[in-house]
Amino acid sequence: MSGTHGTETTAGPVLGDTPPEATSATGEAGDNAAGIAAVGRVARELMPETGVIADPTQLRTYECDGLAHYRVTPALVVLPETTEQLAAVVKACSEHGVPFVARGSGTGLSGGALPRADGVLLVTSRMRTIREVRRADQRAIVDPGVINLDVTRAATPEGYYYAPDPSSQQICSIGGNLAENSGGAHCLKYGFTSNHVLGTELITPQGDVVQLGGLAPDAPGYDLLGTVVGSEGTLGIATTATVRLVRLPEEVRTLLVGFHTTDDAGAATSAIISAGVLPAAIEMMDALAIEAAEAAVHCNYPAGAGAVLVIELDGAAAEVEHEYALVERFCQENGSFELRLATDATERALIWRGRKSAFAAVGRISPDYIVQDGVIPRTALPEVLRAIAELSESSGVRVANVFHAGDGNLHPLVLFDGEKEGATEAAEKVSGAILDLCITHGGAITGEHGVGVDKAAYMPKMFTDDDLDTMQLVRCAFDPGNISNPGKVFPTPRLCGEVPGKRKKAHPLVEAGLADAF
Amino acid sequence: MTTVDLDTARTALSDACGDVTDATPADAVDGVPAALVARPGSTEETAAVLRAATAAGLTVVPRGQGTKLSWGRPPESADVVLDLSRMNRVLDHAAGDLIVDTEAGALLSDVQQTAGSAGQRLALDEPVPGGTIGGMLATNASGPGRVAVGTARDLLIGVTVVRADGVVAKAGGRVVKNVAGYDLGKLVIGSFGTLVVVTRAVFRLHPVPAARQFVTVPFGTPEDAARLVQSVVHAQVVPAAVEVEWRVDGAGTVGVLLEGTPAGVSARTTTTRRLLGAGSDAAEAAPPGWGVLPWTDEPGSTGLKLTCALSGLAPVLTAVRRAAADAGVALTVRGSGGAGVLYAALGADAPVDAVADVVARTRAVCTEHGGALVVLDGPPAVKAAVDTWGPVPAIDLMRRVKEQFDPERRLAPGRFVGGI
Repeated sequence: MSGTHGTETTAGPVLGDTPPEATSATGEAGDNAAGIAAVGRVARELMPETGVIADPTQLRTYECDGLAHYRVTPALVVLPETTEQLAAVVKACSEHGVPFVARGSGTGLSGGALPRADGVLLVTSRMRTIREVRRADQRAIVDPGVINLDVTRAATPEGYYYAPDPSSQQICSIGGNLAENSGGAHCLKYGFTSNHVLGTELITPQGDVVQLGGLAPDAPGYDLLGTVVGSEGTLGIATTATVRLVRLPEEVRTLLVGFHTTDDAGAATSAIISAGVLPAAIEMMDALAIEAAEAAVHCNYPAGAGAVLVIELDGAAAEVEHEYALVERFCQENGSFELRLATDATERALIWRGRKSAFAAVGRISPDYIVQDGVIPRTALPEVLRAIAELSESSGVRVANVFHAGDGNLHPLVLFDGEKEGATEAAEKVSGAILDLCITHGGAITGEHGVGVDKAAYMPKMFTDDDLDTMQLVRCAFDPGNISNPGKVFPTPRLCGEVPGKRKKAHPLVEAGLADAF
Repeated sequence: MTTVDLDTARTALSDACGDVTDATPADAVDGVPAALVARPGSTEETAAVLRAATAAGLTVVPRGQGTKLSWGRPPESADVVLDLSRMNRVLDHAAGDLIVDTEAGALLSDVQQTAGSAGQRLALDEPVPGGTIGGMLATNASGPGRVAVGTARDLLIGVTVVRADGVVAKAGGRVVKNVAGYDLGKLVIGSFGTLVVVTRAVFRLHPVPAARQFVTVPFGTPEDAARLVQSVVHAQVVPAAVEVEWRVDGAGTVGVLLEGTPAGVSARTTTTRRLLGAGSDAAEAAPPGWGVLPWTDEPGSTGLKLTCALSGLAPVLTAVRRAAADAGVALTVRGSGGAGVLYAALGADAPVDAVADVVARTRAVCTEHGGALVVLDGPPAVKAAVDTWGPVPAIDLMRRVKEQFDPERRLAPGRFVGGI
């Protein structure tokens, strides 16, 4: 499964020196039993028998998303087929104070769709209709369970495509992309999911259906849509997405360039961007990542390369021609020893296959691994890569680097063997130290995988209490009952209605064991 | 200011900020007189002013250069004008990372000058000349370039804000790709100063293209305009802008901006001229009025923002022209046909009833085609007589957001949708 995490051996949290308590994000089985039974009754009245799962064995199928080392069996799984069904189930959850978690294909890498033992998992995989491809409007309206790549497949005959393309695009759902604002390789030039979602029909945590944005830009009022995108399911559930379609470019050139070192590849990247060339993508893989990709998909990358760049130029033919000449020159000037230009779609696909399969491929060279996702300003790239190499050397933990070099989005793959004593802990430590490096260099703790349950404990390293409290104001406006994917994103769920800025010690409800905090 | 003693308020604010003066008639906000003007020099001083305003029960209206202060509805009151013009520094231009970090009171033109020194630009137009970064964010002002790069919404990557209760918070950061936490930047763009006060903003920059060409062609009917726009947006010439202009007394024009390398622009210009057909012309200089809001040069005129799906362009153009003609109101339309965002100016001498009629009839057609009509600017009599913001989906959710951020309705009360 492309783009998913490979380790299933560790049971505890992987990241951070202050790991989250498992209960805070996941609840305790047995809580809300009556409420869950009530929600189950509502769901069974609305949909066929196969749409409601309460059997313990079947429930286990849904116990994790793409971050498989967190596992929680949900109390109930519901697979709605329509907005009305989904809204009715959410309303029932609201009435009974039952937490719910939305899930698409389950490819998320931060545990954003980790179920709750005391809650309902709402799976959108049966909501998979592409409702409209509106060529004249350059928009498509799709259901949340629609697979990312299927939007492009539907639009291509009309001369269009959907630009945001996470590595898991063959399986991930648009609803999940919207929730996580997950981007992919083409963000550098074409922007993020957030820039491509123009409207959504949202089920609020109270079960109301509201329309945010639409076919036209700049809907009057607060840009709630822009806030909902990337809110990781904590503000409600999107039941449609109106997305921007981008005209297929007149020409695409995909290059694979071999370098001796990551420093050389980094210098070439900087030279390209500094010259004003904006490629559709610049992706870098280091030697270890190349080794893994070769083992998995035989992509035939240049032998002996210490780093490769995958560079894609697209646009009007005359522009691409000019940019290609510049890119070729900057690569040569910065020590490239091999440059291959894909001559047809098959060769292009093979170049991308090596890159896009890299996460899963690492499983070929290491029994376990952690996919990290951090961002740094691009100019800090050489320094941070060296620091990662030093970390790796001093700890004896191997780190393979695969990343979106153009926008500084790193995906270090921290390799370990969970069977060896202490190896898991050492890998977790290195993985956490890499995030610290990102923060120290003015970056962010996630560029596209989300905070989820995995990085909630890291949020206070990047944001102050006041920052987080301010974000919570949005949460309280949407979800005063704190039932929409609770326990994700935020380390300390300040309760709605509590006066901000007054939290100097443990919350009384937390002390009394009535609320969770970590 | 009806319930608060001016002297007490003045003392309280002076403790918070070194530059507090009594307001003059020129400080009125869209006709609403102000009592005091506070000019903080930093985020911390801004926070102190807001805390003092909270303690004294004063309403606050943020202001940059005031170029768009009459947009939206007049505030219910404006005890304090929070003037951010002293916070006008471009704090950091990290050319290698293509970002700029700026105070909210900085002039957009100053930011462009700084970025330009490294061959870069903040890819945003200035539809009202002389404005600040904060004002641009508050109103989500946009121009022709939105076809290629979007609006501030698509370029803002980090923001520092002061809440009504004086708490300072930030969201986003200094990197382009970042999904940590809620994107509060999106929430404040276009919020007309009613949610928080933005004091600092970080944007991604783009390289300045080496060449540009404007290709223009006249059109006769709304259907012709729509056909021409569609022909360009569905081609592969990657337009930076696709504008439609229809002046009150004459033919309409579709204008296409092409940007890129000299060779690339030259080739795409040829293709675009072929697409637009006989009568098309190309020039390096922008056509007169390019990107300027059509009502800015006629005091007292009413400014409308019309949005629609791209397929709604012909019906919306038809509707506004017909409604204006029927009501006997002078009309100029200009805007981003390629993005589905048009601006219209209704003549200053138009009777209020006639304007209301044009607004109602055109709004129905915009809504039918997936968009909206907003009366952005206009004389007090017009704003008093028409529903300026129109119907707003999800208004209840918006009210709840406002209640969370500003429960006492301290910031620009009444200026925004649904009386927010």
